Amino acid sequence: MMKSLPRLALGALVAAATMATAPAHAGKTLDAIKARGQLVCGVNPSLPGFSAADSQGNWSGLDVDVCKAIAATVLSDATKIKWTPLNASQRFAVLQSGEIDVLSRNTTWTLTRDASLGLHFTGVTYYDGQGFMVPKKSKITSATKLKGATVCVQSGTTTEKNLNDYSKSMKLNMKPVVFDTQEATNKAYFAGRCQAYTTDASGLASVRNKEATNPDDHLILPELISKEPLGPSVRRGDDEFFAIVKWVVFALLEAEEYGITQANVDQMKTSQDPVVQRILGVSEDTGKLLGLDKDWAYRAIKAVGNYGEIFERNVGPKTALKLPRGANNLWNKGGFMYAPPVR
Amino acid sequence: MSASRPPPKQRSWSWRSQAFRGVVYQVLALAVLFGALAYLLNNTFANMRLRGIQSGFSFILQPAGFAIGETMIPFDSSESYLKAYLVGLGNTLRVAIVGIVLATLLGTVVGVGRLSRNLLVRSLCSAYVEITRNVPLLLQLFIWYFVLTELLPPIEEALQAGSVFFSKNGLQYPLPLWERGHWGTLTGMAAGLGVAVYWSRVAHRRQESTGRMPPVWLPGLALTVLGAVIGWLAGGAPSGLDIPEKTEINVVGGGSVTPEYLTVLLGLTVYTAGYIAEVVRAGILSVPFGQHEAAASLGLSRRQELRLVLLPQALRVIIPPVTSQYLNLTKNSSLAVAVGYPDLVSISSTALNQTGRAIECIAMVMACYLTLSLLTSALMNLYNARSRLKDR
Repeated sequence: MMKSLPRLALGALVAAATMATAPAHAGKTLDAIKARGQLVCGVNPSLPGFSAADSQGNWSGLDVDVCKAIAATVLSDATKIKWTPLNASQRFAVLQSGEIDVLSRNTTWTLTRDASLGLHFTGVTYYDGQGFMVPKKSKITSATKLKGATVCVQSGTTTEKNLNDYSKSMKLNMKPVVFDTQEATNKAYFAGRCQAYTTDASGLASVRNKEATNPDDHLILPELISKEPLGPSVRRGDDEFFAIVKWVVFALLEAEEYGITQANVDQMKTSQDPVVQRILGVSEDTGKLLGLDKDWAYRAIKAVGNYGEIFERNVGPKTALKLPRGANNLWNKGGFMYAPPVR
Repeated sequence: MSASRPPPKQRSWSWRSQAFRGVVYQVLALAVLFGALAYLLNNTFANMRLRGIQSGFSFILQPAGFAIGETMIPFDSSESYLKAYLVGLGNTLRVAIVGIVLATLLGTVVGVGRLSRNLLVRSLCSAYVEITRNVPLLLQLFIWYFVLTELLPPIEEALQAGSVFFSKNGLQYPLPLWERGHWGTLTGMAAGLGVAVYWSRVAHRRQESTGRMPPVWLPGLALTVLGAVIGWLAGGAPSGLDIPEKTEINVVGGGSVTPEYLTVLLGLTVYTAGYIAEVVRAGILSVPFGQHEAAASLGLSRRQELRLVLLPQALRVIIPPVTSQYLNLTKNSSLAVAVGYPDLVSISSTALNQTGRAIECIAMVMACYLTLSLLTSALMNLYNARSRLKDR
């Protein structure tokens, strides 16, 4: 009997897992979205700049805009989105089980995740790296000085592993205190429980700006201890939808490269530039190849602007987060952002 | 009894036979149950294969790759996920066992207090029970945690007494390092305890023959301590200490009681004690007043009355519901992850996220809690059987 108990437990779990999950409809995600009239998008509940809701329940942020662009592309309406706030440890299970169509939640693209979790990363929307934040009064100015420090971390992220790798290689012997929600991690850090807070540098900027009584009291240390390419992901087994999400992001990058903005997208339709004509579907119908119509990219740009505009609006130097464009600039302006051609 | 034995049952393979119908229904019910299970399992595995989700327990021997903030047994990130789970289980047990002892003590005091003749004591105890039982545990944990982390002095201003530090890092104190000589200490302690047990037998025998009870507890304790000291000296008096040290930014080393542990322990103790208090009160009230009068007329002292007459009868009522409270306390310790205590669930959710094996990780946690609960019930049932009313 004892032997069969774990099996029973497994069965119960499976019951819960499968109730919500009809067998996968390969290639049917787009149909399901259209039939539903809504895109279901998994986002971070509290990372202002990337995704957060205001008091009226309106979502905004860089990750949020990616979802809006997808909704504008496939449903012709950027408001037809059901937002599903997820914490770090829920996100993959929810995507796997089919409760959301796309996960756009500052998620790092890694081999393990890409190859074994039943999902595909569609690209990178923000090149990030893990950093540390410390109170200025601690007089620490470099991560190498964090010997023996207690560090606040949110569970269910790549962060714990990076922290351990860095701590080991630099012989710092740091002690993690792991919380399951971002809110608890923030509170513990600002109550002084930890000497440092670690997560992606963009996340640190967001937390500092939102939670600190005086953001200037906290310093983000210069060391980045990991590569964190953040991007949206979709469920495996639907290559068509995978291609759509991938190309929506590419189109936003292409738009920036060729000077198409939210404001001028209508005038640009009359542009003589053959590349612009192709992107906006004036000359060639690229949408047909994706299972969409020829205005697909036009609608995405019209809804949220090009990638540069999204960046500046949500996290750029003029926003509260004040993140420099840096690695997230276009390839021809010194950054890593490079989209394959829309043709 | 034997006079009115029912006639032997007639076996008949007919639908009109109740026994036959019963068998058919049971077989059907089992078939449906297993069929449903098999369908669900098959469906899940098919879906997982289809989506390229990898499954299996192969990950468990791979290196975990993450550090754990507080551990009872030393843990290095290059050790396996299995070891990490054991560390988590150890942390869960550490909080559950201490919590059970403390909650029992506090619950008994409050439960007796609710029956006090003193109005203040009675109302304070009632208020305690009402508040702790009616505020959700998670909220209580958050309150404890944020009160603790806000109130404790910052690391730079840690309160210090010798090598003992008290700060937002919790209580940090020197801890004896494990050396081979400590085997002597343990052996000595066991020997002392053995002598103490023997002395208690002798004392009981003497009470039966003379009616006088020689002291048992104090000499017993003294014997145990004495044994340990002699053993420690015989083992070469190992004196290695792990002393906490103040570095530029933190206090490191030594043993520690972290705010996270303290929060979970306090939260679980205070919450569960509220329930145990009610159980204890009910148990005491279940013993008829006549028993008290009978004990008094036999000339038993107040203490003897409580120990020999009231408690054994009250315990019969108390033990089964208190067992469920112990189980609840152990299971509620899974909320520890909310305040950053690395218990089983916390470790498992980290493992889950790094390996993506959701079903496997959750199944392991379920199996752990199930084992713990079954063990606790088994122990409590043994105790219950001993204190039950015996037919003589």
